Amino acid sequence: MLARSSAVVLGLIEPAGTQDDLGITRRLAELGFLPGEKVTVLRRGPGGREPLAVQIGDTVFALRSIEADCIKVDSRAMAEAA
Amino acid sequence: MNATTLPQTSRLSYIALVGNPNCGKTALFNLLTGAHQKVANYAGVTVERKLGSAALLDGHTLTVVDLPGTYSLNPTTADESVTHDVLMGLRAGEAPPDAIVAVVDATNLRMNLRLVLQLRELGKPMVLALNMMDVARAHGLQIDVEKLSAELGLPVVETVAVDNSLFGNWITRRTGHAVENGREALLHAAQQALVEQAKATSRVQTDQLVMLDPIYLQQQVKRILSVAAPKAPRIKRFNHHIDAVVMHPVWGLVLLSALLMMIFQAVFSWANVPMDAIKEVMAATAELITANMPEGMLRSLLVDGVVAGLGGVVVFLPQILILFFFILLLEDSGYLPRAAFLLDNLMGKVGLSGRAFIPLLSSFACAIPGIMAARTIPNWRDRLATIMIAPLMTCSARLPLYALLIGAFIPARDVGMFNLQGLTLFALYVAGILSAMAVAWVFKRTWMKSSYQPLMLELPPYRMPNLRNLLQGLWQRAAIFMQRVGTIIFAVMVLLWFLSTFPGPPDGATGAAIQYSFAGMLGHALEVVFAPIGFNWQISLALVPGMAAREVAVGALATVYSLSATGEETAQALSPLIAQGWSVATAYSLLAWYVFAPQCISTLVVVRRETNSWRYPAFMAAYLFALAYLASFITFRVVTALTLA
Repeated sequence: MLARSSAVVLGLIEPAGTQDDLGITRRLAELGFLPGEKVTVLRRGPGGREPLAVQIGDTVFALRSIEADCIKVDSRAMAEAA
Repeated sequence: MNATTLPQTSRLSYIALVGNPNCGKTALFNLLTGAHQKVANYAGVTVERKLGSAALLDGHTLTVVDLPGTYSLNPTTADESVTHDVLMGLRAGEAPPDAIVAVVDATNLRMNLRLVLQLRELGKPMVLALNMMDVARAHGLQIDVEKLSAELGLPVVETVAVDNSLFGNWITRRTGHAVENGREALLHAAQQALVEQAKATSRVQTDQLVMLDPIYLQQQVKRILSVAAPKAPRIKRFNHHIDAVVMHPVWGLVLLSALLMMIFQAVFSWANVPMDAIKEVMAATAELITANMPEGMLRSLLVDGVVAGLGGVVVFLPQILILFFFILLLEDSGYLPRAAFLLDNLMGKVGLSGRAFIPLLSSFACAIPGIMAARTIPNWRDRLATIMIAPLMTCSARLPLYALLIGAFIPARDVGMFNLQGLTLFALYVAGILSAMAVAWVFKRTWMKSSYQPLMLELPPYRMPNLRNLLQGLWQRAAIFMQRVGTIIFAVMVLLWFLSTFPGPPDGATGAAIQYSFAGMLGHALEVVFAPIGFNWQISLALVPGMAAREVAVGALATVYSLSATGEETAQALSPLIAQGWSVATAYSLLAWYVFAPQCISTLVVVRRETNSWRYPAFMAAYLFALAYLASFITFRVVTALTLA
């Protein structure tokens, strides 16, 4: 689960409640959401929930909650590094 | 290298450009081929297979294909499948390219190189185009090109992104050397790669499955970059200050609405001068012909058919160009994906993804590129729903009719800081959008259900729109429009003139000759169907040629009215004629009809092509016709009641 801050990606988990037949995790990995990468939630769309503007490495993606929820992060690792 | 002495097998004849979306690949294609093509900042604008031919210094030419941007060789969208299939030689009747030019954004190698590594494993002759090097340098990013080349085992050629100087050309710079034409360097390297490949023994290839593993690729890229760009500072590709406003939940939406309002204002206020000029030229031409030709059939054909018909359409060219100017500007700057970000929530409410925003926005220009751009939507049901509502976005071909009716029936009064005519146009666009949302909502709840619509949309860095690019895009638009005017619209106008002139009126007839012609008969027959929604026989008749292209309806009206005129008032402008002749209710009803305007054959043909079935275009035509009739009926009745009261 992403917080409104920077964190380090631990890995990707299957979306809750749905079968991942749409390949969300595969796609996220191809876009660069990979273990060890720094990830930052920059902002959220109107309404305060979806979508999220997420920076991974040097790229920014707009993600829906179901997609962002697939990204497992470690926010402590970031705090330690800082 | 003396290319002419090469054996035939080593002659380069077909290369493919491959790369991530937003890496400037399409612009490189322009450099290589000189083809006039749109360069956009959005993932998925290159939805068609774009071919060009590049002339080499030795006089030979080679074919260049610009493949849709892709993140991986493991395709997710229809768009990416095209790239995958072309590279693998899986497309029937199409030979795979001789060599690959992998294009990367030098400021984002961490992401871009993963695809390069996958491409390398295809074992084809390959060159790396290190693009946007000027931006990378400006950020102080040091890339050791020789080491990068050695690590990748590929020739690397630096290219510089679109030069923003006015007449700037694409240039390539070799590190520390004088400016050199990168086009030649790249083509030379590609040719060389082909020769090397022919000499080399087959390379050991990594297992396909391993190459598709993103974690493996990530590690490889890290290793390569630690050698080739060890002291790379963390560069700022993004301007978060701009995004703080543009993507703000409130200010972002305010800005988006203001931008759209401004565009519609500009369409009306900026276009006045050139439109008046075109009208004057038209009137002068008609007068010149009338003065210098004896009265007769040919003069009527020229004045009523050609000048009135074509002029009535050409006069809207300035407005169409202004609309396209803004669409191209937003596309080039990188704003569009941000608008998609802002609207995603809203789109989600009717069951669409924010990704549908770009195809839908393109549809404001024309539904055809919009429907093709829907290929970037991974889910079939989402894609189909987007295709189905694309014609509800007001395409530029409807602009002539809107402009005609608004000009004739809406006073040019100021309302606050806006003009009432501009506001009316804005309202018509909004009506189209709201209907599209309603239709999508119904579709996604009944027919094309899907619980999850992927977004995962890249928001590229902002880029200064390039003037040359804009002008190229506008020129392309003007050319397409004038081509339609010169071919299809011309043919339809001449045909309409014949139908409107023959058979001639019987002796002792009192009305205008057209009343007794074939066109008059057809118009009167159709009037039976359209009378309940307030259309007279002239409008009913104009709808028929409007099926070939929507803007033809205006030219058709001009011809019909020009021929209907009795006595001295021929070749008068159409607008005052209809302002006198039609009721307000009829005008509003016709505006409502054109919000849905089902009659565009080209759109239906493209839907057939994209969906591989006649079911969908048939359904589309039926539902649009029903909605158009219903909306016009309600509008006509309500406005009639209001004007009587």
